[in-house]
Amino acid sequence: MSAEAVREDRGTLMGFVAERPGAAFAGIALGMVALAALLAPLIAPQDPFDLTSFDLLDAGLPPAWIEGSDPRFLLGTDAQGRDLFSAILYGMRISLTVGVLAVAIQAAIGVPLGLLAAYRGGRVDTLVTRAADIQLSLSTLMLAIIALALYRAGFGGESLSRYAVPLLVIVIGLAEWPYFARTARAATQVEIAKDYVRAARALGVGGLGIVFRHILPNILSPLIVLAATQVAGAIMAEAALSFLGLGMPVTKPSLGTLIRSGYDLMFAGAWWVTVLPGLVLIAILISVNVFGDALRDLLDPRRSAS
Amino acid sequence: MTAIVSGLAFLGRRLMQAALVMLAILIIAFAVKSTLGDPLREITGEAVPETQRQKLAHELGLDRPWPVQLARYLGGAMQGDFGTSTIYKRSTLEVILAKFPASFELVVGASLIVLLFSVPAGVYCAVRPRARGARLILSLSVLGISIPVFLTGILLITVFSVWLGWLPAFGRGETVRLGFWETGLLTADGLKHMVLPAFTLSSIMLPLFIRLVRGAMLDELGHDYVRTARAKGASQLRVWLVHALRNALLPLVAVGGLQIGTLVAYTLLTETVFQWPGMGFLFLEAVTRADIPLITTYLVFVGLIFVVTNTIVDVVSLMLDPRISLEGTR
Repeated sequence: MSAEAVREDRGTLMGFVAERPGAAFAGIALGMVALAALLAPLIAPQDPFDLTSFDLLDAGLPPAWIEGSDPRFLLGTDAQGRDLFSAILYGMRISLTVGVLAVAIQAAIGVPLGLLAAYRGGRVDTLVTRAADIQLSLSTLMLAIIALALYRAGFGGESLSRYAVPLLVIVIGLAEWPYFARTARAATQVEIAKDYVRAARALGVGGLGIVFRHILPNILSPLIVLAATQVAGAIMAEAALSFLGLGMPVTKPSLGTLIRSGYDLMFAGAWWVTVLPGLVLIAILISVNVFGDALRDLLDPRRSAS
Repeated sequence: MTAIVSGLAFLGRRLMQAALVMLAILIIAFAVKSTLGDPLREITGEAVPETQRQKLAHELGLDRPWPVQLARYLGGAMQGDFGTSTIYKRSTLEVILAKFPASFELVVGASLIVLLFSVPAGVYCAVRPRARGARLILSLSVLGISIPVFLTGILLITVFSVWLGWLPAFGRGETVRLGFWETGLLTADGLKHMVLPAFTLSSIMLPLFIRLVRGAMLDELGHDYVRTARAKGASQLRVWLVHALRNALLPLVAVGGLQIGTLVAYTLLTETVFQWPGMGFLFLEAVTRADIPLITTYLVFVGLIFVVTNTIVDVVSLMLDPRISLEGTR
């Protein structure tokens, strides 16, 4: 896509929004979620990671719209008396952080490999493509579960709790690099035949220069679209792993951990401790997916027809 | 004739590959077991003096070089001996096999639901792409993909067990023993317990399969043979269901089979939500209590399921794909 075409797209952005109100709504929702997560320490009435700031006497209080609630706790409290509103804000923060960082790792591994495979071709290409195929056939969630399960069995639950964030980022990051490699490779193969690449080569630009300075900027749009859907996948994976007890600990809950820890209370009638963080998670995932779909139509008009 | 020979050659190559993958999995399992596990503790418990431990280690061959130990592990594996579970004090394979029927029945139930719903819905969305119903189905499928499987389960439990009280929320209910197979399919109680978990597990595969069937159908409907069949006077419904759908289902076998690893992961999540006493639930218990032999045996078992499914899928798609058999003389 040339620079002009990009500018033209920006010009029609408003028209696009008018055409797809759902996507605009999803975008606004995502912006608010990101802002709330970023400002969580300022907004939250309580620090949910600080065990001294809440009281067991407040445990299991319902949200404000249900009888028996306490005005101090807008969304009620969990089994330890933690303010659920604060816990959800901080949980979003962890979920988003892990999601974004994991995708950054996926891209950092996958994109260079994909570029290299397409640019070099031959044996390198075969190797990267095969490795990607094999890894994708193994189910990334299952790989992540096995990796964290072995870590937990080998080093104990305490070590897992302490290093949960970096471990989750690395495991989810390593699990899904093939998607970026495939997309980068396919897009590069299209670009590589174009005149500007040949011109750059004729001017004596080296291989690395061509790949990173000339080709990479031109294949960014499919990569950005992919990144959006991958973030949704990574957030979902984090939640699933935490729900299984292989992710964030109860003392530093992500949305998945909150859902897990509230689950025991559900049959005692306190459904909100599980259901509210669950609904927040679903809202985030739907927003990311809808937004990602719209982004694809916006950045890649050819695919929107299908 | 050549078709049969090349078919057999393919089969042989594929079986060879499968055996190699299994060997690799076994070696990884051995590596994990010998690094993380302490086989003496499996047998003796912790309060045993050091000298006695060393004597036992010698008797068991644990002081031998690792290639010897690996050979012993592989030899044992051939006979179904993968070690003793530290939790259950029984052969790990026995423990897992006892839980296998529960997981298997759950997966079969979910697959039936997926098949029953995805094929009609996918065909409908393909032949009536602009209908409101088709759009609704596709929007719902975006929703389905966005909801993590454990949340689907929790939401279903909230509505149907906690609020309405219609269906049980956990366990398998009453089961009947048929030989070694413990089934929940023969009692009303067992079937009732199946409903929510099976729907939960299917919820994650359903959107994918609806889209797959729809995509494959759209592809087929664009082909000339569809127009020819229609021109020949075949009814619209017959063209859709007999001509196009049959061809559209071919790629589904391949894609469906490739989902088996994902299915195992989602089964694990579903079993956790519903406390369904299957292999996944067992695995997490093993992880929490650091039962290394049970964990590694589970990995080998899941690897075996994975390899067998993939091999079958490859062979079946070879048999189903008319393009391959057309090359030979039929």
